[in-house]
Amino acid sequence: MMRKRTKYGRYALNVFAGLGLVYLFAPIFFIVAFSFNKPKGNFNIAWQSFTFDNWLHPFAEQSLTHALWKSLEIAAVSTFVSTILGSLIAVALSRYKFRGSEGINLFLVLPLTTPEIVLGSSLATLFLGQNFIDFGMTTIIIAHIMFQVSFVALTVRARIRGFDWTLEQAAQDLGATPIRTFMKVTFPLILPGILAAALLAFALSIDDFIITFFNSGPVQTFPLQIYGASRVRIPPQINVLASMILFLSVAILMTGTIAGMRKSAEKQATAKKFKLLHRK
Amino acid sequence: MTETVVRKNRIARNADRVGMGAMIIASVCLVALGAHWVIGPMVSVVVLALFLVLGSVLGLAVKGGPEARRLLAPYGLLKPGMLWLALFFIAPVWSLLRISLSTKESRFSVQYNFSWAFQNYSTAFRDFGKQFEHAFVYAAIATVLTILIGYPLAYVIAFRGGKYKNILLGLVVIPFFTSYLIRTIAWSTILADRGIVVRVLHAVGLENVFEWMHIMDNGKLLNTPAAVIGGLTYNFLPFMLLPIYVSLEKIDTNLVNAAGDLYSSASRAFRKVVFPLSIPGVFAGTLLTFIPAAGDFVNAQFLGNPNTTMIGNSIQDQFLKQNNYPVASAMAAVLMVSIATLVLLYTRIFGTEDLA
Repeated sequence: MMRKRTKYGRYALNVFAGLGLVYLFAPIFFIVAFSFNKPKGNFNIAWQSFTFDNWLHPFAEQSLTHALWKSLEIAAVSTFVSTILGSLIAVALSRYKFRGSEGINLFLVLPLTTPEIVLGSSLATLFLGQNFIDFGMTTIIIAHIMFQVSFVALTVRARIRGFDWTLEQAAQDLGATPIRTFMKVTFPLILPGILAAALLAFALSIDDFIITFFNSGPVQTFPLQIYGASRVRIPPQINVLASMILFLSVAILMTGTIAGMRKSAEKQATAKKFKLLHRK
Repeated sequence: MTETVVRKNRIARNADRVGMGAMIIASVCLVALGAHWVIGPMVSVVVLALFLVLGSVLGLAVKGGPEARRLLAPYGLLKPGMLWLALFFIAPVWSLLRISLSTKESRFSVQYNFSWAFQNYSTAFRDFGKQFEHAFVYAAIATVLTILIGYPLAYVIAFRGGKYKNILLGLVVIPFFTSYLIRTIAWSTILADRGIVVRVLHAVGLENVFEWMHIMDNGKLLNTPAAVIGGLTYNFLPFMLLPIYVSLEKIDTNLVNAAGDLYSSASRAFRKVVFPLSIPGVFAGTLLTFIPAAGDFVNAQFLGNPNTTMIGNSIQDQFLKQNNYPVASAMAAVLMVSIATLVLLYTRIFGTEDLA
């Protein structure tokens, strides 16, 4: 009796999880489906008829395409800078024991526990009171780097937490210069963590709306363009570009997962071989 | 001669103090400059101090020998990022607080005079009390909902995913690779008055139940408080699910088996073993969900109506449309301080040391 009940409980939970996945994908299904819609009028929100037109002309909405390029440009620059700044912090925190490291750890969490609207509006008050920089690309990039640095530092720190820093000493004992040690030993080993953090920072920058909204001036990024246009028109190209970004990210995610699986499989295989050798 | 050597050694031995002190002084200089705390000729004095401090640390690193360099190294690595955060995170908060206590010269002026103008705060509370209430209530309900949806999902993936674990986790994350705004607009299409959900509910006859539960309002689903809360729940679900997953994944399944071997029922094993071990995940997830949800204005804008606006909508409107920076800053400051207070209280009560 008891057994049966727990079995039903098991089923119920799995069904709930399945429904959860359906819920997660509901809007995604709509976004992709409506990229094949031929809308009547300016708003692509009611289903009319199936067409490939939008996919054949994904860049037909010039202002949208332009905004997407701007977003990519901003994300590239801000990710580059924030990855360097954040990784340096992460290396300092995990490589060295030093006075004040706990304070730094706490300080790094602060930007993450501050609502975006506060970050955005406060940064805008800073830029309002000066005449060095106008609102535009520069202010957006500064804002993005500001919130990316913490994310990068925490991600890299988590990834290199178990790193064996004595390897550096070993390299130096074998006569490597500090620079050579860094290039040949340290950097290759912490690179995967840095790349993961950079990918996260890039995604955050591309999708950021609230902070950018306060600091953009006349510049239109992809989310800002969608926001501004959504009152007058929602062209199907929005759905096409969104689906493209989605498929591209899924492809990147999948190559990453597959590479990771292959690597762990290889590791297991070598470990097995090693064991077999020793058994003989 | 020997005296100077001894002194030099003492500085070299305490190089870490010098490094930390230099970092703090440089940060304070940048905050003062950025927030217009200092004006006129004082600016050049502060700039000079900034360069002097950084220069002297550089000098110590060059002259101080390997021991001093080793002690200085972490601060050198920290400095670029920390100074960036000082100038573009701390200084802005400072200037936000200053503007929130300033008055405008005239309605269209861009000049502000700092005058301890606390009336901005009373205006913020008087005119936007409702919006504060909405922000905190909606965000709290959405956070509870993300736990109710996210926890079972994370549980199933972590304990029953088997070799599909990574794929399932990928499936959970994939929807969030589309733009935040587009997702929210898609929800407004789904929940629209003649949209699929309303029609299905009508056909099945659940409309009355939903009306009774105050989820629907006169046959409408879109532009109700429920839609705003639903949007918040959807958009911040991964911030709850992923930390819970991480903490569940770490649990040694042998512990659960041991509980079973000791004649614990499955539900009791969950209550006594699994759930307590997953609390750090729920804790982190709650912060990561509640904080951005309370400051959000996108969901209220696309899924709500003029009576469901949250404090984010008001800050955005006062700041960017009305150019009423003092009151907008006062609202942002109140939001920041109340969230910080809530986080501190929450950490005190449920706290785990491993927040990050």
